Amino acid sequence: MTQDAAITMRNVVKRFGGNTVLRGVDLDVRHGEVTCLIGPSGSGKSTLLRCAAFLEEHDDGIIRIGGAPIGYDAAADGSRTRLPPGEIARVRRSIGMVFQQFNLWPHMTALGNVAEGLRQVLRLPKREAQDRAMAHLTRVGLAERASFYPSQLSGGQQQRVAIARALAMDPKIMLFDEPTSSLDPELTGEVLTVMRDLAAEGMTMLVVTHEIGFAAHVGQHIVFLDEGRIALEGRAGEVFRKPWHPRMAQFLQTYLDRGASVLLEG
Amino acid sequence: MNFDALIEALPEIIDGLEVTIAIWLAGCLFGPLLGLAIALGRQFGPRWLDRGLWAFVEVIRGTPFLVQMFLLYYGGPFIGLDLDPTPAGLLGLIVYGAAYFSEILRGGLIAVPKGHVEAALCVGLDRGQVIRRILLPEMTLLVLPACVNMWVVLLKETAILSIITVPEFTLAVTAFGSATFAFTQSAAVLALAYWGLTELTGRLGRSLEARFDRFRLV
Ligand SMILES: Nc1ncnc2c1ncn2[C@@H]1O[C@H](COP(=O)(O)OP(=O)(O)O)[C@@H](O)[C@H]1O
Ligand SMILES: [Mg+2]
Repeated sequence: MTQDAAITMRNVVKRFGGNTVLRGVDLDVRHGEVTCLIGPSGSGKSTLLRCAAFLEEHDDGIIRIGGAPIGYDAAADGSRTRLPPGEIARVRRSIGMVFQQFNLWPHMTALGNVAEGLRQVLRLPKREAQDRAMAHLTRVGLAERASFYPSQLSGGQQQRVAIARALAMDPKIMLFDEPTSSLDPELTGEVLTVMRDLAAEGMTMLVVTHEIGFAAHVGQHIVFLDEGRIALEGRAGEVFRKPWHPRMAQFLQTYLDRGASVLLEG
Repeated sequence: MNFDALIEALPEIIDGLEVTIAIWLAGCLFGPLLGLAIALGRQFGPRWLDRGLWAFVEVIRGTPFLVQMFLLYYGGPFIGLDLDPTPAGLLGLIVYGAAYFSEILRGGLIAVPKGHVEAALCVGLDRGQVIRRILLPEMTLLVLPACVNMWVVLLKETAILSIITVPEFTLAVTAFGSATFAFTQSAAVLALAYWGLTELTGRLGRSLEARFDRFRLV
């Protein structure tokens, strides 16, 4: 099971100063599955995801990506050893990250954003990098926007470019941190559709989301994080139909109050 | 006004204008380059380097350019830096500008959204590539207005170089003014000429900004 997992976290602890944000998280993200991470704001979802990409350094515990430890490895005496930067970059290569704020580079076109890693990291010739980048833009339905700059794209389009940029590096696992949270409601659909297609193709995904409908329909494994701990996890159907944990029930209720019950049906 | 005297002095005045523009352009180019080196050293170098550069920048920014030029020109020989007026003026202006540019550029580096760097790291760019491909271009866009401002400041500061007898525009025109007692007229010529150049610089800056508008942060 551990060997099979795309991501494993064991006793992961993260502090910001005196504030302990992750309090010993054990998590397995399985290959080919969509794992949705839900929970109240401030519960540590983003931090967990950022630790998986080693954008934050976890203070304790071990995180493995496809079996390889990222950032720190367990030493024989039970302590941890810091891995060299090259090794971190190598392990990171199997991850694609999509941020809430898109984080496109404003001085590059949509095509330039997607081609950048192909050129600089994979060192592909210009033509090949552009062809490949174009294929990925086509995949997210933005071929005709290739020469646009981020400032000339809608939020939904920018996020799709960001997804294409991550996919272009051929990651084994895609991490999404509230990919639709900074979008106007009418633009969330186009991004969720791209993600749904990706899931249907069998991509391994770890998705932090407040889109309970997406979690219920696309998510296979649901993880509910509360105050830096996994309070509850399980198969999507069970978790949403029988949210036995009081905090989870309370959390879901806030959505149901807003009329989202229809999303959980079917 | 004495026109014969003006005609006589004109070649010297034009030479002076050329010297001013040459020194100014050198300051506009090498000031930011040296400033960039300082900014990068402070942002990415070891702590002692940051501290040393910080002290240097604070001293330059905390003292008048005129006093710095006196120190460099009259004090330089005591530390083996015996420069003619023009090289001294050139060096002084570049160093003076670099101190300010370093702060402008450092502000620009800091203002690049952290997420843009994180996105680059996730795509697999290494530290050098992140600096070259992401930080420096985005910084340039962010600091452009402040740099145009500083270019204008540098132009005006070149007038100070007349005090250490650099044969530049202000020296040439004031020499003519003293010789002919046309003090007011020559001062007016000076004001007009500098103002014309700063206006030109401002326009260039605004057209650059308009051209870069599509690169703006969203
Ligand atoms: N860089 C940081 N520095 C200090 N505190 C942070 C930082 N990032 C997150 N936190 C804190 O960690 C806690 C969890 O944040 P986060 O992981 O963003 O929660 P979530 O994504 O679930 O809303 C919050 O209390 C937040 O204030
Ligand atoms: Mg968050």
